Amino acid sequence: MSKVKTGIGRRSFIKSVSLAGGGLVIGFSWLGCARGKEEAEAELAMQMPDEWFELNGYLKIGDNGIVTIYSPNPEIGQNVKTSMPMLVAEELDVDWNNVLVEQAPLNTEVFTRQLAGGSQSIRQGWESLRMAGATARQMLLTAAAAQWEVPVSELSVENGVIRHSGSDRSIGYGEIARAAVDVEVPEEVQLKDNNNFKIIGTSRKNVDAKKIVTGQPLYGLDIQREDMLIAMIIQPPAFGMEFKNMDAEKAKGMPGIRDVFSINTYPDDMEKEWSDVGAFPQVVVVVGDSTWQVMQARKEIKVEWDLRPELVKEIEILEKSPALRDSGGLENSNIHSTLMAEVASKKAEMIRKDGDPEAAFKNAAKVIERSYSCPYLAHNCMEPMNFFANVTNDKAELIGPIQTPEFAEKSISKRLGMDLENIDIQMSRMGGGFGRRLYGHFVVEAALISQKMGAPIKLVYTREDDMTNGVYRPAYYVTYRAALDANNNLTAFHVNAGGMSESPLFANRFPAGAIDNYLAESWTVDSNISIGAFRAPRSNFIAGAEQSFLDELAEEMGKDPIEFRLEMLKRAQNDPVGENNDYDPARFAGVLELVREKSSWNNSNTSQSRGVSAYYCHNSYVAQVLDLTLRNNEPVIDRVVCAVDCGIVVNPDAAINMVEGGTIDGIGHGLYSQLTFENGITQQSNFDSYRLIRHREAPKKIDVHFVDNGIDPTGLGEPPYPPVIGALANALYKASGKRMYKQPFISELQGEFKT
Amino acid sequence: MAEFDITVNGKNLTVDVDQTTPLLWVLRDHLKLAGTKFGCGIAQCGACTVHLNGNAVRSCQIPISAVQENEVTTIEGLSENGDHPVQMAWLEHDVPQCGYCQAGQIMSASALLKSNPNPSDEEIDTAMNGNICRCGTYVRIKAAIKTASKSRTV
Repeated sequence: MSKVKTGIGRRSFIKSVSLAGGGLVIGFSWLGCARGKEEAEAELAMQMPDEWFELNGYLKIGDNGIVTIYSPNPEIGQNVKTSMPMLVAEELDVDWNNVLVEQAPLNTEVFTRQLAGGSQSIRQGWESLRMAGATARQMLLTAAAAQWEVPVSELSVENGVIRHSGSDRSIGYGEIARAAVDVEVPEEVQLKDNNNFKIIGTSRKNVDAKKIVTGQPLYGLDIQREDMLIAMIIQPPAFGMEFKNMDAEKAKGMPGIRDVFSINTYPDDMEKEWSDVGAFPQVVVVVGDSTWQVMQARKEIKVEWDLRPELVKEIEILEKSPALRDSGGLENSNIHSTLMAEVASKKAEMIRKDGDPEAAFKNAAKVIERSYSCPYLAHNCMEPMNFFANVTNDKAELIGPIQTPEFAEKSISKRLGMDLENIDIQMSRMGGGFGRRLYGHFVVEAALISQKMGAPIKLVYTREDDMTNGVYRPAYYVTYRAALDANNNLTAFHVNAGGMSESPLFANRFPAGAIDNYLAESWTVDSNISIGAFRAPRSNFIAGAEQSFLDELAEEMGKDPIEFRLEMLKRAQNDPVGENNDYDPARFAGVLELVREKSSWNNSNTSQSRGVSAYYCHNSYVAQVLDLTLRNNEPVIDRVVCAVDCGIVVNPDAAINMVEGGTIDGIGHGLYSQLTFENGITQQSNFDSYRLIRHREAPKKIDVHFVDNGIDPTGLGEPPYPPVIGALANALYKASGKRMYKQPFISELQGEFKT
Repeated sequence: MAEFDITVNGKNLTVDVDQTTPLLWVLRDHLKLAGTKFGCGIAQCGACTVHLNGNAVRSCQIPISAVQENEVTTIEGLSENGDHPVQMAWLEHDVPQCGYCQAGQIMSASALLKSNPNPSDEEIDTAMNGNICRCGTYVRIKAAIKTASKSRTV
């Protein structure tokens, strides 16, 4: 049993903290939809108590024993809205069937790290959420003990009912909650031993599932408000261009159109948050009564655009590329590829060196060198970017899908010159995040538009606006070299990695630590194409490349690919090279061993082509074995077996769902997706030209196995994505005889067959 | 602007909009039925799928003037209490992640099962291929469709 100081969340126990709203509806009416409202009211009447007692900022207890738990972090599909309250409920010892969950608004007084990113919600909330539940439980017990005049030690609690061992007395949480509010907040509480968990480790359904399958308004785009106007933007047609002027006379006279103007989201003198990424600070805005009217008016506005001279100057690659100089800084994907392969990788900076790699390569009997690349990707959340804003002289009310509400609030404060306490941000459920909604320029845009109009507005991006707006997964390029001696032993390893304005290198990850002579180098190339974090940033490329290279290396050395990795991990565990290795070799080996067993790797007589891969990121370990068949040059993925070590699994079925989704997401992007540029213009702007994985292309079967080790939870949203691309590449090699060096693989695969 | 009489989820309604307005935006903006989602606007993602006389169609591509006397059913009207066998199967398999595409997936799946109560894997793939799920819940969607197909009341 572990004791934790409640002091870390002291401010969350100020009882006067008032969270918005009292029920299921938070602070505003989602819709004027009559049926939905009636239903919601019926639900409230059935379940809502007469009075709520707030025991701390995370929860309140109704006089009928119903408990409302506030889920602090943004919900982007990773299901924290279910799993975070499960942690509170576990320590509270309450019946999960009596729990209502509400999305908490942004409240930095009560909650820490209200952010969806880095697969850290459960890992970092693990202690504070349980502590909140345990603290409330102790206060309820203390109140009951006082009422019965018995020691707390004689009380037990199950499913929200407190019992006294020396008598047959019992009392429900709802009945004692009023008294518990006045109990002093304990300075220290005890958390349960893992083997006493009743909720953690059991599958609980998504708390929003019923609303999702019945089409209830949950998302930012669904927000309706009386007198709300619709706003849309027009952005420059190419990266490297900016707004010059416009003729909007015709549009202004069209039905339902209220105004057309331009805004500057990020003036040069504004101090930006890291989340203030935006390729096009100045955009044209059209505001009107309805979405379709605004869409029609957008087409009638004639906008002139200019090259942005300061960007041209900034682009270092200009000096190297006459073609780019002639185009005034408008970039092309083929120039990116050439630069990354031929210029930039030669000016890499050393990040880590173990032993004497130069000598090892010089003395090598054989050197294997391979290069891998990937294109830019757009996040393509199914719900395009949007936000609701109602900004008045003294208050800003913002509601919508944002992964970083705390940073968005600061940005709004700086841009509008408004105090933080006058800015209220509420989070809707998000139709996907994937990193795109870390960057809240659209929140600032919405606020500026509302301020200018003096009215509540909902900013809506079309799919094309969303896909051509930047904040992309960067294009990356990596070269691996391996030195083998005359006995085919690996003597040195060299990784040289970079990308269009960000390097994917993780110098201290495996196989660093497993090889005596190791060199890691990194480089970047500037670009005016804005980039950002995309599910499993950097890992989403480098894992697939590295794991393909290791597969090729194992083949060259005549070793089984799993055995080869396990040998290196054994070395890293028993006699590690260097001191900064950032992975645990035993846990890494654990997932490889588990996937070997579960996929029957050693005694499989499958006719399908198999590939294996394993990777560590976001504090977790994932290994995958992928089986496929090629039919008419199209890969049919028959099965993926996944072994995952993310520590304690809070909500197993939801965790399996996440691993299945991450696996499909990785396969889809490695195989099919790319965003390319000509003269700064994206060559894909909607799903007719940008290929996303679809039903027919998904694996027929995904088996998920978790390592059961009782370690505190680590990340899960991202880790299943990166390695599967390596497993896919290695299986494709088995099927086609061709190694995959360039994503998306489908082009490599079919290009080969076409010629 | 012009007035159009339409039937949505069994209700006769009149809307006053431009005749080119897609059914999607009539539903979302004017009738406040936000269950039908905007995903791409060009019939490539399936998020806006509704039933027109029981057939799955992309509401982003149907101008209000073309709806006429056809019966429109949206996710809100698929069942009285959210207990259509496809919805029940979705809950049983806990399909959604972000959930945004799921109304469209459910409308496509329920139309499929109406015309083909026992679809093969290939038939499911074909019928569902126009519905993108960015979170990758495809395996669960297929399992849920199979569960629903075993129900007699589809």
